[in-house]
Amino acid sequence: MEYPNDYRYTQEHEWVSPQADGSTALVGITHHAQDQLGDVVFVELPAIGDRLQAGSPFGAVESVKAVSDTYAPISGTVTDVNEKLLDAPEQVNDDPHGEGWLVRISVADAGELDSLMSASDYAAYAAAETEH
Amino acid sequence: MIDFGGWEMPVQYGGLVAEHKAVRSAVGLFDVSHMGEIEIRGPQSADLVDLVCCNHAAALSVGQAQYSGLLHHAGGFLDDLLVHRLERDRFLLCVNASNQTKDFHWICQSNGLEAKVVFASGDYDQLAIQGPSALPVVNRLADRDLSAVRYYWFARCRFAGADAIVARTGYTGEDGFEVYVDPKQSQQVWEAVLAAGEDYSIVPCGLGARNTLRLEAAMSLYGHEIDERTTPYEAGLGWIVKLAKPKFCGREALVRRKAKGVSRKIAGFEMRGRGIARDGYRVFSGGDEVGHVTSASPAPSLGKNIGLCMIRADLAQAGQPLEIEIRNRLVPARTVPTPFYKRPRP
Repeated sequence: MEYPNDYRYTQEHEWVSPQADGSTALVGITHHAQDQLGDVVFVELPAIGDRLQAGSPFGAVESVKAVSDTYAPISGTVTDVNEKLLDAPEQVNDDPHGEGWLVRISVADAGELDSLMSASDYAAYAAAETEH
Repeated sequence: MIDFGGWEMPVQYGGLVAEHKAVRSAVGLFDVSHMGEIEIRGPQSADLVDLVCCNHAAALSVGQAQYSGLLHHAGGFLDDLLVHRLERDRFLLCVNASNQTKDFHWICQSNGLEAKVVFASGDYDQLAIQGPSALPVVNRLADRDLSAVRYYWFARCRFAGADAIVARTGYTGEDGFEVYVDPKQSQQVWEAVLAAGEDYSIVPCGLGARNTLRLEAAMSLYGHEIDERTTPYEAGLGWIVKLAKPKFCGREALVRRKAKGVSRKIAGFEMRGRGIARDGYRVFSGGDEVGHVTSASPAPSLGKNIGLCMIRADLAQAGQPLEIEIRNRLVPARTVPTPFYKRPRP
């Protein structure tokens, strides 16, 4: 699986993608995370306007067998949520790095991105976890 | 793969939901070799089984199986199990993997009779073939017509080149068979079942689907609906308690419990609000905490989020509004009749 090079990744298996507008970013869970969860059947999203703190839970992605909290990769305010997932949560499986995005946030401090993993670092991190 | 009582077992092979649906619509194959086996042999074997189990083993014919409970003296479950009468004086008990050592010692310690207790888990692997097409699949492999074997009966026969016990039992709510074979032959039998089932779209199934299937059928899982602190009456399993038997472990405690009535009980529920309950979540009614979720999951066959909970007995009848605490939020639910899923009868 390809992890997009212009995204940044967390140890909790979220990705964050800074948008061209320079002020917002999309957030989702990684291919590895959805693969570990299996068929996603439910996504719990925050409300627009919620303030997210880097590292704090903001929702959950659930498969038949397990529930996984989602954590904010960086701090910011929720400006949009992917409401399509409420009726089509399987998009998280089908296109985790694209149509399966969870929230859009306005970035409070772009410097927080620097502490996150690059695509190649994350790919190695996910591969190591799979071996265990 | 997960560690399950020392066994490395797959949660899923291809995908939990696909495996679950294959069992409901066609046929699935499970490797349940982790299950424990204990044999009781000897002239008083029926007496010993009847002493340690709450259901009536002596009433079984040779070739018949029975769901039962191994209870301690206060009436709580040490384990739940299937009792098979192999011969007049020989019984095979199929017990939970995580309890097998405890069960074995308990039965040995209770044994003052002319009976021999044999720890036989190493003598058996177990494969389960479950689903509406299970019968034609097993009939391709057995040396006799297994359609003659009724529900909760078994045949001892040749099966895919092995000596086998083929029981018409299961843990999915579907028609199906559980096949006990020598571990040396189990891989060959596994492969033969997959090959024989190809025409019926057989699918190998993992522990994940085993759990969602049994939950839809509202079958108890040890450590969830039942444990050492739970009596059969609380678990809705009063039917396996035969108080007419003059003596068995737990009988006196259960006589008292039955007279007193239960204060908590297992109930089925479905979510009314958006959210999925999970094992251990707290259950509320009118602001009061009234119990906890014992097992819960999305139900792939039903398109609902369901569960079983242990709650105050006065709330356990169907139609009661409840709330389940999901990530610090109370989400509406409602008690419903169980089983959640019943297979269509021909």
